[in-house]
Amino acid sequence: MTPKISFQDVSARFGDFAALEHFDLDIADGEFITVVGPSGCGKSTAMNIAAGLLKPTSGRVLVDDAGVDGPGPERGIIFQQYALFPWLTVRQNVEFGLCIAGKGKVERRSIADHFMDLVGLTDFADALPKTLSGGMKQRCAIARAYAVNPKILLMDEPFGALDALTRVGLQDRLLEAWGQERRTVMFITHDVDEAVYLANRVVVMAARPGRLDRIIQVDLPYPRTEEIRLSDAFTAIRNQVWRAVYKRQDEPRNTASC
Amino acid sequence: MSGAGRLALNLLSLALGLLIWAGFSASDLVGLPGPVEVAVRGWDSVRSGQLGADALASLARVLTGFVLGAAVAIPIGFLMGWYAIARRLIEPYVQFFRMIPPLAVIPLAIVTMGIGEVPKIFVIFLAAFLSSVIAVYGGVISVDRTLINAARVLGAKDGTVFARVIIPASVPFILVGLRIGLGSSWATVVAAELIAAQSGLGFRMQQAQLYYDLPMLFVCLIAIGVLGLGMDRILQSVERRLTAWQERA
Repeated sequence: MTPKISFQDVSARFGDFAALEHFDLDIADGEFITVVGPSGCGKSTAMNIAAGLLKPTSGRVLVDDAGVDGPGPERGIIFQQYALFPWLTVRQNVEFGLCIAGKGKVERRSIADHFMDLVGLTDFADALPKTLSGGMKQRCAIARAYAVNPKILLMDEPFGALDALTRVGLQDRLLEAWGQERRTVMFITHDVDEAVYLANRVVVMAARPGRLDRIIQVDLPYPRTEEIRLSDAFTAIRNQVWRAVYKRQDEPRNTASC
Repeated sequence: MSGAGRLALNLLSLALGLLIWAGFSASDLVGLPGPVEVAVRGWDSVRSGQLGADALASLARVLTGFVLGAAVAIPIGFLMGWYAIARRLIEPYVQFFRMIPPLAVIPLAIVTMGIGEVPKIFVIFLAAFLSSVIAVYGGVISVDRTLINAARVLGAKDGTVFARVIIPASVPFILVGLRIGLGSSWATVVAAELIAAQSGLGFRMQQAQLYYDLPMLFVCLIAIGVLGLGMDRILQSVERRLTAWQERA
């Protein structure tokens, strides 16, 4: 089977800085991949190239066997900073992509209703983003991305700015939605627990230069539950990922996004 | 503080100011008219219709020049913000002419356009245009890249990004620019009328100066301040309404 997303020898340089070097990765259709690594490991760079927001210096990314050329609605992105349109209400934000796709008013409304319900924002349909909490903003952004029915979700530390409790809640919602409608997900995070809890496979990257370090298989069943999160099997994989991420961290950890 | 409390403090401050003014003029140190004298003169000129006519003449010039200036500044500001080529071509001129006070253009405007309405409106247009265009342009280039990316990812092409992201995101900047533009237009009209006009608050002050009519000078100055403040407040409330979505710290 051909991979849904295929990074083929992708490199990206910014001046003298090698953000990403010779990056190869195949992501299968419907797979949930998480990407962890220290700052400067090129994980955001790799995602932005797949999204079409950034051109690689060399190599290429194929989506469904076709080269990526610019962003498109089949590849939804969830940004860490939410990126909601602040002048639009929750409903208008969710309908934004549908509007561009030329969907009629009635259809837009029913799709938006469905996804606002999915993320639990029905009561806030007419609220402006400024009145929402961080977690609610991110749920709105997720609903907006889902609404255009992307086959691929690219998530760049989407829960990075949220408190631990909200984070765990959103992880469960995300997995639930993924269980219902299978999409291919590439999810970047700094949080090793989050990476293991969500993924089929954890991609560990290393910095200077940004590159693929190893891929760790997560052989845990879905649906993932609290029981699994607290199991020995989970802990074993988590420790394995932790060691892979932190072993070459001889410098103090920098928490900035990479 | 409650609304009533704030109002009471404002009124108190006004009363204190008038008291100090009255004290100054009563002390005869500088030979200024007192508030009562000015109020009487003001009431007379309101009743005769002269103040209203002058204010209307000034306002008409300001609004004509300001609306024209803003109407040109907004598209040019967008053009500069959106197209790098337009920016490179236009910005040097804008930056250069911004350094010339519009008032300095008045002599040239009078020589080339005569002493009718055209040179005055032109100078006000210039004042409004130069101060608004920078704000609009600054607004466009400071739109959050992530919002533009978010729109593109949802399928938006250039035109849609412009209409549905760039324009709404720069509205707060545009409104700030318009407020600055209106302020400098108002400052400019009075000066323009001082030089050559047959009507307007600036012209009336010129007349009052000739006839040593100090109370009338005060009446005009107060009218200029009150009208300027009123216009600014109107724009401010429009701004608040149009940018209610903004997160304010």
